[in-house]
Amino acid sequence: MSSRRDFMGMALGGFSALGGLAALYAMKRSWDPLPSVKAAGFTTVDLSGAQENVLNVEKWRGKPIFILKKSADMPADERDVLVGSDRFLIAIGLCTHLGCIPAYLPDQEIFHCACHGGQFDASGREIFGPPPSPLVIPPFKIDGTQLVLGEEGPEYIKMKEAGVIA
Amino acid sequence: MAHFDENAKPFSNQWLNDRLAIDTVKRVLSTEYWIPKNINFLWAMGMILAATFGLLVVSGIFLLMYYKPDANLAFDSVNYTIMSEVGFGWLWRHIHGVAASVVFLIIYIHMLTGIYYSSYKKGRELIWISGMLLFVTFSAEAFSGYMLPWGQMSYWAGMVITNLFEGGSLELTGLVEWIRGDYVPGDAYLMRFFMLHVLLLPLVIIGLIVFHFASLRLPHVNNQEGEEIDFEEAARLYKEDKKKESKVIPFNPVFLSKDIFVMGVYFILFFFLVFYNFDFAMDPVNFDPADGLQTPTHIYPEWYFLWSYEILRPFPKDPGLIAFLIAQVIFFLLPFIDRSSNVAPAHKRGLFVIWFWVLVVDMIALTVLGKLPPEGMFNTLGTVAAIIFLLMWPILFVITKFEKKL
Repeated sequence: MSSRRDFMGMALGGFSALGGLAALYAMKRSWDPLPSVKAAGFTTVDLSGAQENVLNVEKWRGKPIFILKKSADMPADERDVLVGSDRFLIAIGLCTHLGCIPAYLPDQEIFHCACHGGQFDASGREIFGPPPSPLVIPPFKIDGTQLVLGEEGPEYIKMKEAGVIA
Repeated sequence: MAHFDENAKPFSNQWLNDRLAIDTVKRVLSTEYWIPKNINFLWAMGMILAATFGLLVVSGIFLLMYYKPDANLAFDSVNYTIMSEVGFGWLWRHIHGVAASVVFLIIYIHMLTGIYYSSYKKGRELIWISGMLLFVTFSAEAFSGYMLPWGQMSYWAGMVITNLFEGGSLELTGLVEWIRGDYVPGDAYLMRFFMLHVLLLPLVIIGLIVFHFASLRLPHVNNQEGEEIDFEEAARLYKEDKKKESKVIPFNPVFLSKDIFVMGVYFILFFFLVFYNFDFAMDPVNFDPADGLQTPTHIYPEWYFLWSYEILRPFPKDPGLIAFLIAQVIFFLLPFIDRSSNVAPAHKRGLFVIWFWVLVVDMIALTVLGKLPPEGMFNTLGTVAAIIFLLMWPILFVITKFEKKL
């Protein structure tokens, strides 16, 4: 610190930087999703009426959720969600490439994404094109024949630990 | 204290000179801002861009008066209120839409002119870089504006583009949600892109335009032969009324009068599009309201983004993102990748002219392929065109390194 002027400069600069950082933090926080958005609840779906090989799309936190009751000929997969004796695919219906919604083709039993040609099988695993990973399984809980989206039930935690949710 | 002429009548020339130095300003910025004679109509693109930006601002102001930035109201405020209730609302919308599309055509012509005549180096690097910053900001402005009608294409373009910020395997989901202010594009998202579109980005654009002009003042505009002109000598001849011998003309009124002629031709075409052929700038899919549970069968960007979209598309996710990133920034580096000190039109620069036309053809090919569905033959061609684009830059480095000095 060679002079009073240097000191004044450093002090001014230091406090300005501090204020600037605080302002940046406030700006960052203002862009965050609002608490009301984050708390956008849980979605409950009754699975008892589901039909085999018919895709049911539900909305959860603004995203489409694919619910597909598997038919007997579809191979078992560790991503299957068991409800009684029925096997289900439950996944976020957004292509893991860039987030388009794939269409379900029941004859071929695949999901086809029109955006960049990605394909997934009935277990949600990527089988063709640019998607780098399977369809993501959202946090869920099974309560009898009820599916609760947004809550981590024991089946979900087991899948998460096995590393098969995405 | 400066000297003020007390006898000067208020607002007379002398009175204003004492207070604002208007004669000096006029001299420096217009009557003695020298432009080479040896140029062609391609040198008018800058003023055409400025004029088109002006049109975008004016039409935007009128759209702003009835537009509602709310996910529930936006679609109807555009497609019902502005289009069928507001007097001449359709005119502002069609001017705005057509200008947003055409401005990119002119930007590309402006850029390619700069590349062809080597106008990006030897003192003109900052003109090029500020121009590229303008291109990027215009792209962000176009994207944010595309969100506002809140149709299907708005929503899904928003979804796909914001998902790019996930960074592939980096899985930055938090960043994407932060940008959107929601898990998916929604009200918070629409409002912040509205703010960017009507305030922050236009402010940045105006600042950059001032900087772009300022960076041009000292190096002066280039000319058709890349000739280094002694501007002081040429200006002296012009002022001595040896206009024929002088290599320059003043910006105002001589150059500007030619600019305005080219602008006249341009505006005839422009308003022909606005009144009779505006459809090309209005994607039919965007006349369906946004629906987060229904992806349109084909998602493609507006024509001016197709070439860089096609560089993203043929590769697997991570390499695709990296190629896309390279495509976004590589043009910034042009003055430094080009190792030759020649400032000359491409046809005098040996292999460079071939490089230039391959670049133009490849970018047109990428644009066309970006619009076609990604299947079979088109997939292969797209991959080849994207790889050629990426290889163009190391090739440029090599051929300019060995370019003969003129």
